[in-house]
Amino acid sequence: MKQALHNYKEKIKGNKWAPAFNAIHTFLYTPNEVTQKGTHVKAVDDLKRTMNTVILSLVPCLLFGIFNAGYQHYSAINGFPESFSLFEHFINWENFILGISSVLPLLIVSYGVGLAVEFVFAVIKGHEVEEGYLVTGMLVPLIVPIDTPLWMLAVAVIFGVVIGKEVFGGTGMNILNPALTIRAFLFFAYPTWMSGDKVWVHDAVNGVTKANSADAISGETVLGYLAQNRTDEYAYSLSDMFYGFIPGSVGETSAFLILLGGLFLIFAKIGSWRIMLSGILGALAMGLIFNAVVDFGWIGSYSKFYSLMAFDYWKHLIVGGLAFGIVFMATDPVTAAQTNRGKWIYGFLIGFISVMIRVFNPGYPEGVFLAILLMNVFAPTIDHYVVQANVKRRMKRASLAQANSNFNTQNA
Amino acid sequence: MALLSKKDTNLILDPLADNNPITIQVLGICSALAITAELKASVVMSISVLFVMGIGNVVISLLRNLIPSKIRIIVQLIVIAALVIIVDQVLKAFAYELSKTLSVFVGLIITNCIIMGRFEAFALGNGPWRSFLDGIGNAFGYAVILIMVGFLRELLGSGTLFGVPVLGDPIAKTGLYAFGYENNGFMIIPPAALIVVGVLIWIQRAQNKSLIEEA
Repeated sequence: MKQALHNYKEKIKGNKWAPAFNAIHTFLYTPNEVTQKGTHVKAVDDLKRTMNTVILSLVPCLLFGIFNAGYQHYSAINGFPESFSLFEHFINWENFILGISSVLPLLIVSYGVGLAVEFVFAVIKGHEVEEGYLVTGMLVPLIVPIDTPLWMLAVAVIFGVVIGKEVFGGTGMNILNPALTIRAFLFFAYPTWMSGDKVWVHDAVNGVTKANSADAISGETVLGYLAQNRTDEYAYSLSDMFYGFIPGSVGETSAFLILLGGLFLIFAKIGSWRIMLSGILGALAMGLIFNAVVDFGWIGSYSKFYSLMAFDYWKHLIVGGLAFGIVFMATDPVTAAQTNRGKWIYGFLIGFISVMIRVFNPGYPEGVFLAILLMNVFAPTIDHYVVQANVKRRMKRASLAQANSNFNTQNA
Repeated sequence: MALLSKKDTNLILDPLADNNPITIQVLGICSALAITAELKASVVMSISVLFVMGIGNVVISLLRNLIPSKIRIIVQLIVIAALVIIVDQVLKAFAYELSKTLSVFVGLIITNCIIMGRFEAFALGNGPWRSFLDGIGNAFGYAVILIMVGFLRELLGSGTLFGVPVLGDPIAKTGLYAFGYENNGFMIIPPAALIVVGVLIWIQRAQNKSLIEEA
């Protein structure tokens, strides 16, 4: 099989469609052209393997999202179980079938459309297909609401890949994270499908009613309740929030699995721990500032910001998409800051601004995607100043050394 | 004898494509972003700019030997301001409803860099007839882009053209909306205009490689 593919590759070399074939070929096998002898740097992680590692770390979130989709749907109809048991209420066929039938189409559209755009560009421009979309395609279904219409997702993916990435020169050249560009496009283009209390639970949009009642089911997120000052109305416990048994975008709810994925990325030396850690610190810092404002009594419970401001600072990390964004999106090596000190600043500001947007704009309680996109834009500026500061410091040291040696030679 | 010599024809045709004021010179972007959410506004803006540029170029060209170069910007601004006030008053008299929504943007014609640019670059150094052709040529170039952007943004953003629903009724779910289509709210906001203009520039440069600068 491998040899047959290689022979075919030699045959179509120079052909217009060769890049499309090569992409599939190298995805399946290591090509024969790999150097076998001589001295050269050996690294096990080429771009494709790097991407696969990230995808691997996302798989738990995806699986959890599939089960959670079913769990949220049936719980909204039948009420939440009295005493929750993981295997009885969560990991069962009913949940899985409902979840997979909603999530799989999202995944297929995301990969199908995105890779099609990449292939088209590769063939037109005559370069090899780049691997960048492998991760983006996995991220996209995880950060959209479960009932996002597929054609909307397709339009958004085309926009995100073309405007967010290909116009800048493809993978590695993009300023903005493509997955977040896709989400931002969806958010501004079709806000009714991306926010509110009807989109986070499967079928809530269609007005499916609760069992034994004529009320339509609703699936408000924790942040949604808080933004409306309805703090007492959500029944999610802390462990629900941490393990992710709450409504939200498909794969972003489980802080626990995101934490595992993040540790895996750090362990595999692919995700930057500096960005993750500083992002968390930034979010905590902003949360503490808001808590302090409430503690000092500067803001009363009549304020529309009260519930979000009074929300314990550390709880911001386990609701909404903040954790997912910081671990899987902010650490994108292309769009993040490159210098170590830059990474600290970049991550810190992402966490800081995310919580700020959350609290101050009840219109969209989820601010992490905007915060990351904003900092993507500023990342090169941050790097520039970090590098310049370093240059200046070394210049100073060099001139000092020069002055010292001059002084010494004069006195000698 | 042809109505226009070849050189004069180019004065009109060049700004339509290869020397377009918006996509090539990237002037007048502010108004292209501000008013193109609706096609009607784009068309009215285009006509207004056509009027101001056509007449303004002629006036400046006639005055070109009288204007002291130190105060020429002030003179140019007075000419533009006078013409813009005329446009504004005409709109108020004959299209009051439209003038209410457009009056801010009509006032903004004063700041349209294309007009000032043509005064400086062309009318100050050429005769009235050629200046007139240059003025309307550039105004048409501006109008072409404005109308293209306005068309796309209104069609995709609101599903209407000149305020007339062409894709069906989004509330009663008729036409395209019956299939689950929805208006794209992104096209309504100004950043979308920037992206649409950017895509137009991209397409134009892909068609005509000579427009691409050396990197």
